[in-house]
Amino acid sequence: MEPIIALENVSFSYKINETHSVPVLKDVSFSVFPGEYVAIIGHNGSGKSTLSKHLNGLLTPSTGDVWVRGHNTKDESRKLDIRKSIGMVFQHPDNQIVATIVEEDVAFGLENIGIPREEMKQRIDEALEVVKMSDFRKRPPHHLSGGQKQRVAIAGVLAMQPDCIVFDESTSMLDTFGRNEVLQVMKKMNRMGMTIITVTHRMSEAAEADRIIVVEDGTIVMDGQPRDIFKHKQVLMDLQLDVPAVSQIAEIVHHHIPNFSKEVIQEEELINEVKRVSKARSGEVV
Amino acid sequence: MSGKPIIEIEDLFHTYMIGTPMEHAALKGTSMVVNEGECIAIIGHTGSGKSTLIQHFNGLIRPDSGKVIIDGIDLTKKRIDIKALRRNVGLVFQNPEDQIFEKLIGDDIAYGPFKQGLPLKEVRERVKWAMDMVGLNFEEMKDRQTFALSGGQKRKVALAGILALKPKILVLDEPTAGLDPRSRNELLDKIKSLNKLENLTVIFVSHNMEEVAYLADRVYVMADGTDVLSGTPEDIFTDKEKLQRYQIGTPETVQALYRLKDLGYNVTTSAFTISEAADEIIKVLTGGEVENHGK
Repeated sequence: MEPIIALENVSFSYKINETHSVPVLKDVSFSVFPGEYVAIIGHNGSGKSTLSKHLNGLLTPSTGDVWVRGHNTKDESRKLDIRKSIGMVFQHPDNQIVATIVEEDVAFGLENIGIPREEMKQRIDEALEVVKMSDFRKRPPHHLSGGQKQRVAIAGVLAMQPDCIVFDESTSMLDTFGRNEVLQVMKKMNRMGMTIITVTHRMSEAAEADRIIVVEDGTIVMDGQPRDIFKHKQVLMDLQLDVPAVSQIAEIVHHHIPNFSKEVIQEEELINEVKRVSKARSGEVV
Repeated sequence: MSGKPIIEIEDLFHTYMIGTPMEHAALKGTSMVVNEGECIAIIGHTGSGKSTLIQHFNGLIRPDSGKVIIDGIDLTKKRIDIKALRRNVGLVFQNPEDQIFEKLIGDDIAYGPFKQGLPLKEVRERVKWAMDMVGLNFEEMKDRQTFALSGGQKRKVALAGILALKPKILVLDEPTAGLDPRSRNELLDKIKSLNKLENLTVIFVSHNMEEVAYLADRVYVMADGTDVLSGTPEDIFTDKEKLQRYQIGTPETVQALYRLKDLGYNVTTSAFTISEAADEIIKVLTGGEVENHGK
């Protein structure tokens, strides 16, 4: 299978002045394949935001190459194809809303690329349906909650029919409800076949992905399934990261009740483990 | 919680752009009391009036009507000592980039104390102390360029710049949004020690219920321009009906416990910390009390 995004020996430095530059990415290589759900984690200053900006050509490597659907992000003539292929959702909901009516905001990108009216309407309908914001299509966006605004922003990206959507800390400004709304939408889109890349500080969110990439000091230090990554609690702690709250709970419970699995990474699994062990225990008594 | 009131707000109204088509009532009779040395969380949805409220604390916004007394200064009076107010109340905004304008980190943090006319030696000491408080190494970081910092590091610099002014009241808007887990925990610990050890009054706006549970002595819930609910984190997070009515989230620990409770397990939903939540589960599974833990 052809990757959607392939990074080959990517290095990137921010230039401070004529003689000095700060290296941020150092020889990074990895590929993302269609349908994957990838979480990128790393502490502040590890380089993950710079990395995410390379995925759709917002930044281009100092050395090395980023390929999007076979196009090099350095190729200016392919810029529009690349941006169409990789959609981005950012941190601040307010910075991404441009129109005064929800549906016009979703239409904004489509108008820019000259989609015919009929098709535009259909794409907007579908996108708003996926993010469950159809009832709000005629409303002004500034009275929406943070989670609703983010969902409108996602609809705008989705309507462009990208191959992949990158979420750059898109839930960090949201409350529990807003975060859950956006997470549900991410999971749903992934089930529908969309490739998802999410940059996050919340371990419980990373636990929902199929794959976690851990960035440290501009390099990739771990790349694997969440269950395997979260087994390395100490390594993660040393990288200023953590394991999900439910994993920490499970570890303590396991310490008292060895039969209780400590390899729990999602809330659902914690609940199921309580049910399982509780049943087994009541069985013992009977 | 023994201190005397340092912030008294009663029936505060504030409307933006009065008399224009853009007129918008942001605060509609909100009230709040903060005692010296308390740590108060303000939660509520986008547009509930949180930001408008906290901008009254250092006089960035003046009340239309109602009582606002901040550290003895009555903001409803025409002539107030705004300098004294700003000296006593440090406000850290949500976007740290907005507050950083010097080229070097050390210079940026020194800006406020320097402008207050403090002697250089004291400015230096304060910068060092403030950087230490937020976990930035003074020698290593003071001469670094501010523009090349990551979002989380900028946040720390912005906070240090405010702390260096040694305010009596610290007001924080989403203090840990965008921070990695360790930076977040470290910052929360620092805020807690500033509050408990240095008796700094802290008021923070947050979406993050873990940090509300961890830091706050009391919580105010804002909705549609008024305070609809207040109490200890325990009061708030155990009142399921109100949590649903006002769409208030809970910490991940409490969320899991509520699900177990709904399934008929006998757990207490006031267990916020990881170890308390684990104890609740152990208790259910062993059918007995847990030794050696507890609050």
